[in-house]
Amino acid sequence: MELLTPNIGLLFWQIVAFGGLFFILRSFAWKPILASLKEREENIQSALDLAEKTRREMAAMKADNEKLLAQARSEREAILRGAKETADKMIAESRDKAESEGKRILDQARETMQNERQALIAQMKKEVVTLSLDIAEKVLRKELSDKSAQEKLVNDLVATSSLN
Amino acid sequence: MSVSFFKRIFLLSALILSSLVPALAQDDEHHEGETTVVEHGKTEEGFNMGEMIMHHIKDEHGWEFAHGFKLHLPVILYTADRGLEVFSSKDFEEGKTHNGYHIDHKSGQVHRVDTAGKADESVKVWDFSITKNAASLLLSVVLLILILGAVKNSFAKNRGGKPTGIQRFVEPLILFIRDEVAKPNLGPGYAKYLPYLLTVFFFILTNNLLGLLPGSANVTGNIAVTMVLAVIAFFVVNLSGNKHYWMHLVLPSGVPWWLLPLIIPIEIIGLFVKPVSLMIRLFANITAGHVIILSLLGLIFVANQLGGAGTAWGLSPVVIVFTLFLNLIELLVAFLQAYIFTLLTSMYIGSAIEDNHDMDHGIGYDEEHIIEPVA
Repeated sequence: MELLTPNIGLLFWQIVAFGGLFFILRSFAWKPILASLKEREENIQSALDLAEKTRREMAAMKADNEKLLAQARSEREAILRGAKETADKMIAESRDKAESEGKRILDQARETMQNERQALIAQMKKEVVTLSLDIAEKVLRKELSDKSAQEKLVNDLVATSSLN
Repeated sequence: MSVSFFKRIFLLSALILSSLVPALAQDDEHHEGETTVVEHGKTEEGFNMGEMIMHHIKDEHGWEFAHGFKLHLPVILYTADRGLEVFSSKDFEEGKTHNGYHIDHKSGQVHRVDTAGKADESVKVWDFSITKNAASLLLSVVLLILILGAVKNSFAKNRGGKPTGIQRFVEPLILFIRDEVAKPNLGPGYAKYLPYLLTVFFFILTNNLLGLLPGSANVTGNIAVTMVLAVIAFFVVNLSGNKHYWMHLVLPSGVPWWLLPLIIPIEIIGLFVKPVSLMIRLFANITAGHVIILSLLGLIFVANQLGGAGTAWGLSPVVIVFTLFLNLIELLVAFLQAYIFTLLTSMYIGSAIEDNHDMDHGIGYDEEHIIEPVA
């Protein structure tokens, strides 16, 4: 039973020891320790929050970049397409133009050639006539150098040209 | 989910262990009683196991670390007629009488004796001696102040950084008490009680661990020590009780009126049973652990007496293995009992400061975190 009967002296010392310990530790240890624990936890929490915020901002920025990139890409495509169309159009236009120009030049050349030929033919005709006349004159002059020949010619002529 | 499961298992094993150990101890004590009787019958000079164990778990004037190594401590006595007297416990050595005082060897009580050596029961002697337990108590206080002072300095040094040194060992315990004991049970007002709970936890833990050292005192296994802790817990709980707590006590809601004459006395008894259970649980667990270890070691000496030195040597390895195992359990119990005392105290405070029956406390603790109070 002695085990179960508290000793007055030990009761006293325990009250003194525990009470003293509590009041000393409360102001001397627990307050600063708990405060710095709390401070550290808040620091960690704010750091985590900041990291999360930054991560979200990065994600938003990345999405923005993607959007910009996609926009730029589509713009580039549009420009390229436009340029190609223009080029095609230009080529087609110049081909048409060249074709028509060539045709015109050809026509013109053909016409000129025609004219030249006609002029040539006309001149040739004239020259042949002149030449024939000269030859005829020369022949006539030679034929008609004596009297008998002249008479004969006249006779022939008269004979051939039957007057109606 | 898995955390709460683990916690439940832990708590369950804690409670089973805390009820199992005293049961075992009772068994052992019973056994010893028999042995002692047998030996008493045989020889007066022989080894008395019961006496040996009581000597080790009880308080004494002076601190005997081992046989022949005794630290003499101050004896402080107060009597109405002579006032305060202080002298060394060396003066009580070998049953000597000093200044008319004598220690009864059996009970350890100091009595006034007359010249003939007869105890004078009319004089009440108030014994405020620094006994072995009181010295160990003061030592633990000094140790705690030194350790927690070092922890505080370490906190100041590693401001906001990661813990180093002794802080790494103590900080998880502080966090455990704050996050697993105080916050779930006390709700948003936990900060007010945290210094008290931490002091209780570290005081009990330190003294439990000191008590495991060879030659040390059995401080937390002393009823005076646990009684003071329980009485303080009683005052902390009831002085912080709010309107709901007292209303619940005198007018429990949802109880039929004809049950009130039964319920109200039970509630009032419960008020006192809670601290008493705290007192006895800690005292019994720590004392029981010491009794078991001492009985095991005592077996060697019993064997020596009954079967000679050879039997004793032969038995020693077995006993040592068992003692080692029990010491490991005691190490667990040291932490466990400090935790249980703190946990139950915080639950009692929690029930006293609770606003209503809303267990949520408005800070988002789910039901899994609420553990039903165990008386």
